Amino acid sequence: MKTPRSRVFFYVGFVVGTLVLHLFLRQIWYETSRTLPQTYSGDKHTDDQHQTVEEGNIWKKERSALFNLQHPHHTGEDSSMADDLYKNVRILCWVMTAPQNLEKKAQHVKSTWSRHCNVLVFMSSLDNPDFPAVGLNTAEGRDQLYWKTIRAFHYVYEHHGHEADWFLKADDDTYVIVDNLRLVLANHTPDEPIYFGRRFKPYTKQGYMSGGAGYVLSKEALRRFVAGFKSKLCTHTTSVEDLAMGQCMEKVGVQAGDSRDTSHRETFHPFVPEQHLTAKFPKSFWYWSYCYYPIAEGPNCCSDVSVSFHYIDSLHMYLLEYYTYHLRAFGYTYRYQPPVPKVNIIEKSVPLDDTEGQKDFASQVKVKGNGDDVSSVDKKENADQPPAAGSSVDKQ
Amino acid sequence: MTEEDHHHHHHVKAPSKEELRSLSDTEMQKLSKQIEVYCVIMVQPKLLTHWAAALDTWSKHCDKSGVYTSENSKAFDAIDLNEKDNWTRLRKALKHAFDNAGDLRWFFVAQPTTFAIIENLKYLLLTKDPSEPFYLGKLMKSGELEYVAYDGGIVLSYEALKRLVHVFEDKDKCPEHVGALWRLNEDKQLAMCLKYTGVFAENGEDIHGKGVFNSQSIYTLIKDSMNNNPTNVLEGCCSDMAVTFNGMSPNQMQVMMFGVYRLRPFGHDFHDVLAFYPPEGSDND
Repeated sequence: MKTPRSRVFFYVGFVVGTLVLHLFLRQIWYETSRTLPQTYSGDKHTDDQHQTVEEGNIWKKERSALFNLQHPHHTGEDSSMADDLYKNVRILCWVMTAPQNLEKKAQHVKSTWSRHCNVLVFMSSLDNPDFPAVGLNTAEGRDQLYWKTIRAFHYVYEHHGHEADWFLKADDDTYVIVDNLRLVLANHTPDEPIYFGRRFKPYTKQGYMSGGAGYVLSKEALRRFVAGFKSKLCTHTTSVEDLAMGQCMEKVGVQAGDSRDTSHRETFHPFVPEQHLTAKFPKSFWYWSYCYYPIAEGPNCCSDVSVSFHYIDSLHMYLLEYYTYHLRAFGYTYRYQPPVPKVNIIEKSVPLDDTEGQKDFASQVKVKGNGDDVSSVDKKENADQPPAAGSSVDKQ
Repeated sequence: MTEEDHHHHHHVKAPSKEELRSLSDTEMQKLSKQIEVYCVIMVQPKLLTHWAAALDTWSKHCDKSGVYTSENSKAFDAIDLNEKDNWTRLRKALKHAFDNAGDLRWFFVAQPTTFAIIENLKYLLLTKDPSEPFYLGKLMKSGELEYVAYDGGIVLSYEALKRLVHVFEDKDKCPEHVGALWRLNEDKQLAMCLKYTGVFAENGEDIHGKGVFNSQSIYTLIKDSMNNNPTNVLEGCCSDMAVTFNGMSPNQMQVMMFGVYRLRPFGHDFHDVLAFYPPEGSDND
């Protein structure tokens, strides 16, 4: 039988040991929580009207397509202009992919830029109702590219022709900034027979659009494409998809548009940003003779409101997403200010009655002169900030 | 000075929207003048392409820069402190910066392998008083010592630098020449000296508590996040208002320049309370 003294020692030792262990664990936990980045918990401040959208609430899956439920927003931002364009310039994005690339590549497209499309369809050679992806009943490979493209455009015309105004083709290694695509398209209507992309000049009279950089057809252009195949005016001329597309467009009278910004900088890019911004392409490189418009190297290569980049692997998808939609310089006044587009309101189901809808747009969307729209204060009706103060501010 | 400072916690957070909105016009005017930053850039000829990149990119956004080199280079002008030892050179650079600060009250110390977004640094510090001792960046811990990682960039308020320059005179607390046996990296040496003056390292964070100073490249951070948070890669990664990244190539720094100061989605605005303007004679921002 233990003496009371040894029992006391036992209890004291136990308490001391527990205390030491507790302090030790606290130290470890404290250090870890300080040096690891904390997960984003969302801005709880209630005066912000917009919340970050949860991944699961973004799409409605139906008929192997994804229908956007809510234009993604960022906490603390005013995206009223982007929202207006989202409603009025409806874009269906179809992404060229393959069964073996769904998880490797297409998944990252789905997690990043394609969330800004109104409708999204992944085109593959095999059906995959879960992803979802549409099976086009072709084989895979470079020689199948034009067949897949022909079938894909026919598919979206038949199944989704009424659900969008513009139809974008992109690869699963193209990164597209859909908000900026809407800016390019905003001053045009879907009844115009026109298409946009990175314009190349050889082999065709009016040029054709680079496949990898992505290109977008108006609804009328798509209608004529489908009609062209029906009447045999357009056929499978070559497996070089973008060239073949350009030849058909020319035959059916669809205009090759100029997608450059108001400072004549290109918006669709056939390579990665690093190459356009920093590489010195050798003069013998095909790129020099292909570009329809004069090539600028260095920072002038690329518009501030660029639309696409190509050869983007999964890491660079997230990098571009981070640069475009996340990382910014606080308070920075950009050098280039694109003019606000005059949004064309199509007569279709608008939730507001006509007069109210007209009034909203008239007050919010004004056509400004080239590049001098510095003050963003006057056009935002729901600006919840006081006008910027301080000696460094310049109001125009 | 006692160790009771006004901010005895270990992090410095960016101001909230409420905090910013509560400021009057005159207060905002005063703060926008006070927030000017003196960049202390510690270069070496062996890092020439990074030196060139720093000059051509982020450092143009500093209000004033001191470029301090380990040895003279024909390529660029710099203040040659004629000092090969890293710690001694850093001390000399900081003393020089302090003496030449003029009206500037905030000091940002970086190497050219670091990329900094000075506007976001200003946002972080906007409501902080530089006559208080601030020493912040990416907080690290080595045993008992808490210090700011050099490669994530080191921020010092005027008061902190003033105390530091003063303790430089003390050969016991803050010796200039440290024997090889006791030698620590410069950032740890700095922390030890500052500790003697009652200045403690703090972690710089955004309003959500995410660190804004990074000692790794954005590529590494995204890759790690793709492995650790595959369904929420960017949410689990980096702050929208990040101040620094480290270890990128000069070309990658040009891409970051484009990504920060130019590339953006049309129709999304932030209405920040303060406006910063592009520097003169630059075409990549």
